Amino acid sequence: MEQQISKLYHQESRWVLATLIRLLGDFDLAEEALHEAFIAALNQWPETGIPEKPREWLVSTGRFKAIDHIRRQQKLRTISHQLSEQQIQEVEQQDFDTYKLFHDDQLRLIFTCCHPSLTTEAQIALTLREICGLTTEEIAQAFLTKAPTIAQRIVRAKNKIRDANIPYEVPHLSDIPERLDIVLHVIYLLFNEGYNATQGELPIRVHLVQHAIELCQQLEQLMPRPETKALLALILIQHSRRDARHDDNGDIITLEYQDRSLWHQDDIQQGQQLLVASLQSRIRHPFTLQAAIAAVHAEAKSFMQTDWAQIIELYDVLLSIQPSPVIELNRAVAIAMHHGPQSGLTLVNDLIQRKQLLNYHLLYAAQGDFYTKLEQHDKARQAFVKALSLTEQEAEKRFIQERIKKIS
Amino acid sequence: MKYIALVYYQEDIMNGMTQQEWDSLNHECMDCSERLTESNNLLAGQALQQVSTATTVRVRDGKALTMDGPFAETKEQLAGFYLLEADDLNHAIQIASKIPPARFGSIEIRPVRELQLEDNIAGGHG
Repeated sequence: MEQQISKLYHQESRWVLATLIRLLGDFDLAEEALHEAFIAALNQWPETGIPEKPREWLVSTGRFKAIDHIRRQQKLRTISHQLSEQQIQEVEQQDFDTYKLFHDDQLRLIFTCCHPSLTTEAQIALTLREICGLTTEEIAQAFLTKAPTIAQRIVRAKNKIRDANIPYEVPHLSDIPERLDIVLHVIYLLFNEGYNATQGELPIRVHLVQHAIELCQQLEQLMPRPETKALLALILIQHSRRDARHDDNGDIITLEYQDRSLWHQDDIQQGQQLLVASLQSRIRHPFTLQAAIAAVHAEAKSFMQTDWAQIIELYDVLLSIQPSPVIELNRAVAIAMHHGPQSGLTLVNDLIQRKQLLNYHLLYAAQGDFYTKLEQHDKARQAFVKALSLTEQEAEKRFIQERIKKIS
Repeated sequence: MKYIALVYYQEDIMNGMTQQEWDSLNHECMDCSERLTESNNLLAGQALQQVSTATTVRVRDGKALTMDGPFAETKEQLAGFYLLEADDLNHAIQIASKIPPARFGSIEIRPVRELQLEDNIAGGHG
């Protein structure tokens, strides 16, 4: 029974929490009510059996416990959680037991945790803790930070939600694209944080990818939108390469040298289907184009057989809706593959002349690569040395050092 | 996870309270402990006698040396502790913020360190 309840906790606790926050109007009070509801379940269910609708039972019990607690506190006249008797009665009478409400509450929680008035760091920490159910310590480990720092971020974010009266609601239809973008950005950052971690060293960072995928899937189910499908497609296709991106020593293997038979075809297929679905709408979101580029790579039998012309076209559209020097750099690499290293080099040197990405190691790594192919060894070496000075990540450093060694 | 919440306050402030105020604060603390025990969040806890009752002991060269008073003179004095069972640090903070003396002094929260036979964390490096 205890095992069953613990499984239910895993499945249901975030749903119960989301609804309790709406009913009680307070994150902390809701969390407390959630705990009490599960303690009550542990005490009662072994005798009564698991109720037919456990989620409803837990919400109802949590709410009852919270109201009981508020009434007791008010007798003691302490300041926390002051509610008038009328407000308490309102809480008692609010509905919660329809599928639609549970569904909306989960969306409310997602949009509140990613509210634009919170900093990105706070959005990430809140999302991981309140929606994904990670502990403060796990979040700290994933972001290589101390637990008290993350804890403070969460406390401040919750205070801000309370003090600034950030409404617990799904945004109005007209605001959804903008607000959804913030949520998708948080999911993408989570993915990136896990995806770019050196393999094997810190398993919790790798788990971030799984959380990002689950969150994106959940969001897609709650609110099917083309941009969410596109992000999920992008993540799945990039993630399909996970086993091919590093060798046994944790050294980076670039796309060019990856063993494509290690790519997870099930992820690629799922990503392709989502991409097709997302392309059916007229909305051209940057994630749609990025996913399309990833899909072209995924479909290529080998690096040499990549459809570079199509990739360049996709980059052109991407740049027209989202001008960015990083995308220009990626496009330059594709151009070099299609038209030769000199064409790529011209574009990279143009970026440098415009003082773009001067602290970005991959800019100089690309420059070094082009010079190497053009057999301008001194310039290639210079570029790689510059790239080396700009990265702290060990695997990246080893990769660049290897390139320097190979220059004859 | 286990956390300890160390309660600190200025004893002068407590000494300045009327008997009724002091009793009422103690009552609140009893209530708080009861609630935390009910919710399985309190493993142990105790209020302490005033710092003037403290004795400090050290062993040097095999000899026990004792001293009247606390190890260090501080502005706020250790007044009690709660050993908490919480899901994570934020949960522990949430619990600790309800400990009544938090309104007067401060509560230091620390994760406990389980002693191990080997590979103990922190200390012993280098």
